[in-house]
Amino acid sequence: MNMKLSFRLALIMLVIPCSLLVTFTHYPAIQAMINSFWNNGSSRRPSRFVGTDNYLTLIEDDRLMQVLFNSTIYAIGTIPLAIGLAIGMALLVNSRLPGTALMRLSFFMPTMLPMIAVANIWLFFYAPGIGLASQILEIFGLPSINFLGRTDTSLASMMFVAVWKEAGLFMIFYLAALQAVPTNLKDAARLEGASSGRVFLDIVLPLLRPTTIFVAVNALINAFRLVDHVIVMTEGGPNNSSSLLLYYIYEVTFRQRDFAYGATLTVLMVFTLGLLAIAQFWLLNRKAHYQ
Amino acid sequence: MTLSKLYATMMNATALSVAIAGSVSAADLEFYFPVGVNAPAVETIQALTDEWATANPQHTVKAVYAGNYEDTTTKALTAANAGQPPQVAVLLSIDLFTLIEEDVILPISDIANTEEDKEWISGFYPGFMKDAQFEGKTYAIPFQRSTPVFYYNKDAFREAGLDPEAPPKTWDEMIEVGKALTVKDDSGNVKRWGTRIPTLGLGGAWLFGGLVVSKGDVLTTETGTEARMDTPATLASLEFLLRLAEEEVMAPGGITWGDTPKAFLEGQTASMWTSTGNLAFVEKNAEFDWGVGFLPGGDGPGAPIGGGNFYIMQDTTDEERAAALSFIKFMTSPKSAAKWSMATGYVAPRPDTWETPEMKAYTKRLPQALVALDQLAYAEREFATFQRAKVTQYLVDAIESVVTGNANPAEALSKAQKGADKVLSDYK
Amino acid sequence: MKQGLDRILFSTLAIVLAAIWALPFAYSVWTAFHEEKYSANFQLSAPWTLENFIVAWQAAPFSLYFANTIILITIVLIANLVLCTLVAYAFVRYKFRWAGFLFAFIMVQLLISPEILIVENYLTLSRVGLTDTIIGIALPYLTSAFGIFLLRQTFLTVPKSLDEAAQIEGASTWRILWNVYVPLSWPVYLAYSLVSVSFHWNNFLWPLIITNSPEVRPLTVGLSVFATVDSGVEWSLVNAATLMTTAPLIIAFIIFQRQFVANFMRAGIK
Repeated sequence: MNMKLSFRLALIMLVIPCSLLVTFTHYPAIQAMINSFWNNGSSRRPSRFVGTDNYLTLIEDDRLMQVLFNSTIYAIGTIPLAIGLAIGMALLVNSRLPGTALMRLSFFMPTMLPMIAVANIWLFFYAPGIGLASQILEIFGLPSINFLGRTDTSLASMMFVAVWKEAGLFMIFYLAALQAVPTNLKDAARLEGASSGRVFLDIVLPLLRPTTIFVAVNALINAFRLVDHVIVMTEGGPNNSSSLLLYYIYEVTFRQRDFAYGATLTVLMVFTLGLLAIAQFWLLNRKAHYQ
Repeated sequence: MTLSKLYATMMNATALSVAIAGSVSAADLEFYFPVGVNAPAVETIQALTDEWATANPQHTVKAVYAGNYEDTTTKALTAANAGQPPQVAVLLSIDLFTLIEEDVILPISDIANTEEDKEWISGFYPGFMKDAQFEGKTYAIPFQRSTPVFYYNKDAFREAGLDPEAPPKTWDEMIEVGKALTVKDDSGNVKRWGTRIPTLGLGGAWLFGGLVVSKGDVLTTETGTEARMDTPATLASLEFLLRLAEEEVMAPGGITWGDTPKAFLEGQTASMWTSTGNLAFVEKNAEFDWGVGFLPGGDGPGAPIGGGNFYIMQDTTDEERAAALSFIKFMTSPKSAAKWSMATGYVAPRPDTWETPEMKAYTKRLPQALVALDQLAYAEREFATFQRAKVTQYLVDAIESVVTGNANPAEALSKAQKGADKVLSDYK
Repeated sequence: MKQGLDRILFSTLAIVLAAIWALPFAYSVWTAFHEEKYSANFQLSAPWTLENFIVAWQAAPFSLYFANTIILITIVLIANLVLCTLVAYAFVRYKFRWAGFLFAFIMVQLLISPEILIVENYLTLSRVGLTDTIIGIALPYLTSAFGIFLLRQTFLTVPKSLDEAAQIEGASTWRILWNVYVPLSWPVYLAYSLVSVSFHWNNFLWPLIITNSPEVRPLTVGLSVFATVDSGVEWSLVNAATLMTTAPLIIAFIIFQRQFVANFMRAGIK
């Protein structure tokens, strides 16, 4: 509609709600940038301007390199895996196999749980010697694996937890999309002799593209936003092998009380997310229309 | 008595009691404390707090269970930053320098300055007072102190043909004994390890400190500006940890603190190195005969001291401070300390507590409780410096990188030392 | 014949996958109902007990945590519904120069959510003295970009003719909103409410750093305080506590399965 917005209406409908949003999104981003040029103050020594000192620390920070590496692997690993599993689950649940309601419950249940509950469940599951994973390995005569205590398995273990939680949610989106696929298209293809596999690859999958984009964006956001499991299960360890960027920010700021460096890391994070957003935008504009 | 006279008397009585109450300076105390999920521990604190509150009706005290040690410190600091600190809290002894730097605690010696008070302060074990003092003032009062001890499964010892009354005393003995205790199943997988020493996180760093002390060195000093991470003692300690895994006495890789008691109770390990604070938990749940000994040492016995002290916050009124001091005196009094020690296994911080009939009966029934006390003579303060969290992280990283096989000890320690020195250079 | 074999194969695959998927959660639930000593030694014949729930309930003020969570999600939900409606309405019905820019500006919150800026948001709340309050937890989330997005999409589908007709009859801006737009968007409001409630019920990191005392702690933080211990972890207790805190959501899901799924689906398509 094209009505004119009066000042009074603008105030109520836009200014007040949006100022709340801006205060906790845009304002802090700018504050972080400003604060990254100052050092920490305490009662004994007030904070002073240090220019790019914090950024120099950032560049020389070995732990940060590990963290960035971890975050990249984590994103690259969890997103396709979650999507793939979600499509598979959606296909299974959408089929005419028996027990689909139970299947759907089982797949979707982890999504209902808070990540912290998921973390506790998996912490218990992974506990070497005591947890269910070990008990199962024992049945097969295999030695217990110290999933969370080894640098080569800790990140993968975290990734699996995240996928376990997310895939069910994405399955629901794919279910919707699958049910929206016109059956006459599939029937026509089958009549022409196409196998189930071909029907899927050539007809269904392309139609799922918009959903995939939506799900991928969601998964990407979550990969950065959700670090509850790292806090509870490994505290980023051992030796920072499972530390993710937001966890590192939490550790530096709230455990080590280094607010200045925390602000600097926040700037890095916002910058990274900004780049990713631009990349996504560019990619989206090149591909097919997404309503 | 006429109604009006009754009324007048009541008013007078009320006025009088208000005046009396007012003259004893009422204070509302908020008390942060850390504990684990051990139900009796939380209840015990609550019961003790209630006891003091009943005896001091002019004050109120609210005991706030704030999580584990780290969480409690974080919460106390954030509350202080926000201008709403608790008045009194039990926090890690090693947080001393952080609390001083952030200017949130006051020197208790400043307000406990009567002759009686000074005598009271001198009645604590000197070992526990070491890390409560800075620049000549006493900033904290010991409350739930502990050292790690060596718990072992006597039945397992008997099975392995070892003397159940002779736990290993040295590192070499530990390896000998450990090898005999390790049990494998038919496929060659270890069903029970010889020993279990947590190596991850702050728990691992704590135990590591004990290893270093047993080699005759310390990790930090009372100045708070020195971290001795790259020394022959630390090198030897890391090598010992590696040897334990190599000789298949201990599981390789990172070992968590939290799961250790459970692993011991489940028979996954024949012995464990963990806090004496787990004594009550083990006693309640062990289905085998068990004992406690000194931590096996490199050149001799050695252990780190750990646990929490009482602190009084800076942002308090005189009434609150007086009330807080009274509260602390009560909580550390022989009777209270005895109750607390028996409920958890923490070491009562005053000699006079051990002399009470309750404690004597307790130690007769559970002689394992005396081990931590006896080990105190060989114990040194836990790792503590300014910017403790940041500096300790270097040590934690070093230990974790070595036990997970990602770095060799010498390199890891050198890297840690560089990192620590850089942070502490501001303070020298 | 091949069809039959395919079916059996897929059936087996489906059941196995679903069973494996459910295993960690199922075992956690099982442990909650059995004594601690069975948590590491699964035995089908082990006796059931409610002891863990009783002990866990008494060991920490879970009723308080429940109350806090419910207050929190209620505040957030009401604010979300009202504020997002207002903004969406403005975008849909009115024309103003900077509309495109403002919309993009708001959508930034989709990517850069309040948790990302945890350091500064904490400092902001600290400065106004709202740390350790429930409203403090809620504040950054009161206006939700996601809600605005959803509602704007939905309002766009409302036929303009209805709006114009109502205007001719002399209805005010607010009447039209309340009587035309809102009722027609009712399914989306429901969908969004489910999303909002489950998001905030489950939120952890932000409440963790903002709250200190049990009076304000929501369930997620209460659960973590309960579970991170310095002395031996009792898994049966922790699993019982976990189950207790998630039970309401699970029960709600099982009862409203159909609606949940349908609404999440709708939220996704839009």
